[in-house]
Amino acid sequence: MTTKLMGQPVQRVEDQRFLRGGGRYVDDVLAGSASDTGQQVLHAAVLRSPHAHARIVDIDVDAVLDLDGVHAVWTYEDLAGLSAPMADPLPLLIPHPALTHGRTQYALARHEVNYAGEAVAFVVADDRYVAEDALARIHVSYEVLPPVVGIEAARAAEHLVHDDPDDPAGPVPGNVGARLEQSTGDAAAAVAAAPHRLALDLEVERSACTPLEGRGTVARWDPDTDRLQVWTSTQSSTGVRAAVAVKLGLDLGQVDVVTPDVGGGFGVKINHPWPEELLVPLAARALGRPVKFTEDRREHFVSSAHERAQVQHVEVGFDDDGRLLGLDVTFWHDHGAYTPYGLIVPIITSTQLLGPYKPEVYRVVFESLYTNTVMVTPYRGAGRPQGCFAMERTIDAIAAYLGKDRAEVRAVNFIQPDEFPFDQGLIFQDGRELEYDSGDYPQMLEKIKALVGWDEFPAFRAEMAEQGRRVGIGLACYVEGTGVGPYEGAHVHIETTGKVKVATGLTTQGQGHATVFAQLVADELGVRFEDVEVVTGDTRRMPYAVGTFASRAAVMSGSAIHLAAKRAKEKVLRIAADALEADPADLQIVDGVVSVKGSPGAALDLGTVSVLSNPLRYAFDEASKAATQFSVGDPGKPPVAEDDEPGLEGRDFYSPERATFASGMHAVIVETDPDTAEVKILKYAVVHDCGHLINPMIVEGQIHGGVAQGVGGALYERMAYDESGQLLNASFMDFLMPYVSEVPDGIDIDHLETPSPLNPLGIKGAGEAGVIPSAAVFAAAIEDAERIPITAMPISPSELFELRRTHDRPVVEPAETPHPPKETP
Amino acid sequence: MSEEQHDVRLVVNGVTREIRVPARRLLSDALRHDLGLTGTHVGCEHGVCGACTILVDGRPMRACLMLAVSAEGAELTTVEGLTEPDGSLSPVQQAFAECHGLQCGFCTPGFLTTITAGLRENPHPTHDEAREMVGGNLCRCTGYQNIVKAVERAAAITAETAAAVAETAETPEGAAR
Repeated sequence: MTTKLMGQPVQRVEDQRFLRGGGRYVDDVLAGSASDTGQQVLHAAVLRSPHAHARIVDIDVDAVLDLDGVHAVWTYEDLAGLSAPMADPLPLLIPHPALTHGRTQYALARHEVNYAGEAVAFVVADDRYVAEDALARIHVSYEVLPPVVGIEAARAAEHLVHDDPDDPAGPVPGNVGARLEQSTGDAAAAVAAAPHRLALDLEVERSACTPLEGRGTVARWDPDTDRLQVWTSTQSSTGVRAAVAVKLGLDLGQVDVVTPDVGGGFGVKINHPWPEELLVPLAARALGRPVKFTEDRREHFVSSAHERAQVQHVEVGFDDDGRLLGLDVTFWHDHGAYTPYGLIVPIITSTQLLGPYKPEVYRVVFESLYTNTVMVTPYRGAGRPQGCFAMERTIDAIAAYLGKDRAEVRAVNFIQPDEFPFDQGLIFQDGRELEYDSGDYPQMLEKIKALVGWDEFPAFRAEMAEQGRRVGIGLACYVEGTGVGPYEGAHVHIETTGKVKVATGLTTQGQGHATVFAQLVADELGVRFEDVEVVTGDTRRMPYAVGTFASRAAVMSGSAIHLAAKRAKEKVLRIAADALEADPADLQIVDGVVSVKGSPGAALDLGTVSVLSNPLRYAFDEASKAATQFSVGDPGKPPVAEDDEPGLEGRDFYSPERATFASGMHAVIVETDPDTAEVKILKYAVVHDCGHLINPMIVEGQIHGGVAQGVGGALYERMAYDESGQLLNASFMDFLMPYVSEVPDGIDIDHLETPSPLNPLGIKGAGEAGVIPSAAVFAAAIEDAERIPITAMPISPSELFELRRTHDRPVVEPAETPHPPKETP
Repeated sequence: MSEEQHDVRLVVNGVTREIRVPARRLLSDALRHDLGLTGTHVGCEHGVCGACTILVDGRPMRACLMLAVSAEGAELTTVEGLTEPDGSLSPVQQAFAECHGLQCGFCTPGFLTTITAGLRENPHPTHDEAREMVGGNLCRCTGYQNIVKAVERAAAITAETAAAVAETAETPEGAAR
């Protein structure tokens, strides 16, 4: 008997490949010598701007032309001749009415460069070494312009990022790309009328996804069929396909995009098309040879995307219990040099800031600002960590002001379990109402308090203090809108061997989709898990798809696959019922065999049902003889009924009305070193609710990874730009990504499962959860240990040391009550 | 002008391979792009991430910090060479599968080679030693929790296998083989 696999910690099928070195990442495509691959691939390299802001006066490529092994060198001037649309700026993927001054870069810079790292010239050569030799011989004359670096400089607008007189789009006044306000009422009045008021100024710095594999693209043009094959390390195969077709002037049907194994994404690979995703196919077509671009680590730092940087101002009014009566938030978002991904990140900050709480009145306004730095697109969490930081810092400040337990102040503001669906009265990132579908925040709070030992902490603190040790505890809560639309689809094909081939269009970057989706199909179809094979991110197999972001893959493709498998099953039962002369309702499918319940003799395997589903003229093996024209069918009817199709397939799409809302709470106990101000993690606890779990092992893995990224973002990682817009730490030597020594030794995890009513499986997304509350929870714990308000993250030991000095807090025992934030006048 | 080429003989996973490369060709690139052994991954090209770690004469080394010409005659083991002679997973590989020690799989080859060498040197690591053993490799997906578990599990599998072999050897049937 088949056991239900939903909810089981099934080992991953993809690991067999990965563990033997058999992963197929984009740089592995066409790797090896020409004798192995049939055709020697050419390698591309990109000349990047050394300046953050400059006008291009002249580019001299003469010295490259006679270099042995160089096949092409292109600048902006060459693009129109290769394909007219290539001369236009790259697409602005997600337009929004508030994005009044959206700007995107050109595939190769036209008149001006707006960040150090922007693509200026493109070389194709025999190998990457020669291509880089060629880059060194290109001479570019720049007229250096004053750069705008950081939110303060952007707001001051002493200089403008976009003021190129030759730019047909015109200047961007004040460096403001967009201003967006949403409110549920008069928040300022509500704050003013409240019994208590506080104001907070907060700041979060830049970080980045930094997957271990950078970006990369390979393309091969087939002149015999006039078709282009592209492999790219992306989070949206269909998005790249559409963009490549448009930019190269091809019909969509001429372009296939395959996303092979991807060595991590975390958001950065959802932006598309990157310049190289167009230039590589363009070169493959122009040169008639396969071309490959593989980003190196420095390039990833200076030419992919960053996130997180915001400055926030919060005004809050509350009652004696800490109940939020009015919340008025203003923030400034640094979106870097361009806005290809629209306003998604600041919109998410502004809406998801509310978390599990229900302030009586809320207003938020943000400005999205240009700076001469690498552009900003979503990084795991996508604006939520900043929103969570603002909200949770505010609640902690209220608790400190009222002298109340921080957990209690949270509890009085929670949306209650009987209030779902709960409409927050705002518009979310998908253009739909921000309406939470389900959750149980009070129960979750009890769980996290028990898991971390919240009530026992004062005794622990006292015990530590006796030993001269300083510890603090922090708590942070969040709600995450997951599984946003518009849709995903799935195709399930039962072959005549009985094997089941499943395709969904979104891509995979390590989430174990081949395993979890096979679990769902095995359950629904009643086939062996081993007989199900899942393909993702291949436009040849499923051309209708959106992509992998916003913790949406399990919800969207999981639901679509479930529905498609259901359709395939209906057809199996219909055909089998005919063949077995039984009622479909009396049939069962177990381990790939359809049988009549209670009479095990009457049975057909799925392979045979598949044979019967496809009326044949020509037999190709023993089994298929059964489907040929003299064997089956009623001569009085068409072989394929009018409302039917040949083949044993199911295809369906899932398109929900709105996102489903997962939630979680993290708590951390830290110890701060009295001398060095180093922060040590003593305990890290997570309670997480993503509805029904498909594979708890994989969900926990996602949480582990998110927490580690959160630790990096809270304590170590930042993008160190100097005032001229140079990124000073563009390497893994200087950008402090956590090793094992920086992450907690053990993460305590507990789950709550409040199913989503919006999809057939009752699931919610889990991918981003681990990273959302990190900045907030560490700030709270460090503040608790040090009794110094923590308002900016990340925080390094030297910054904490400085804070101690400015607060005149040398090595002393913690004061009894935290330092209260200032009351607004 | 073409670069001067050098003949290099590498012994990779027990097989002697000969390539002709410029002096500046990195060993990681030679393995991947000249020999087609793409299991060795390149994550940073400056020796920090450890994804390209291979065993050079049994010792873990960053293939991105070595030139192919400098590996002349050396015995190299890449991830492709870690499986048992019968093609089954080695204890370290098996432990990674059991413990969900990998997600995207990009850093994994470097961890597998590093731990393989580490457990040869210290077959019974304590928990702290297990953490220390993987302290020089970066992973962005797993948060290291299950990688450390996999080190401990690999040590246990190796010990169990050794015990089983010893037991078989003691029985008459085992002795007869």
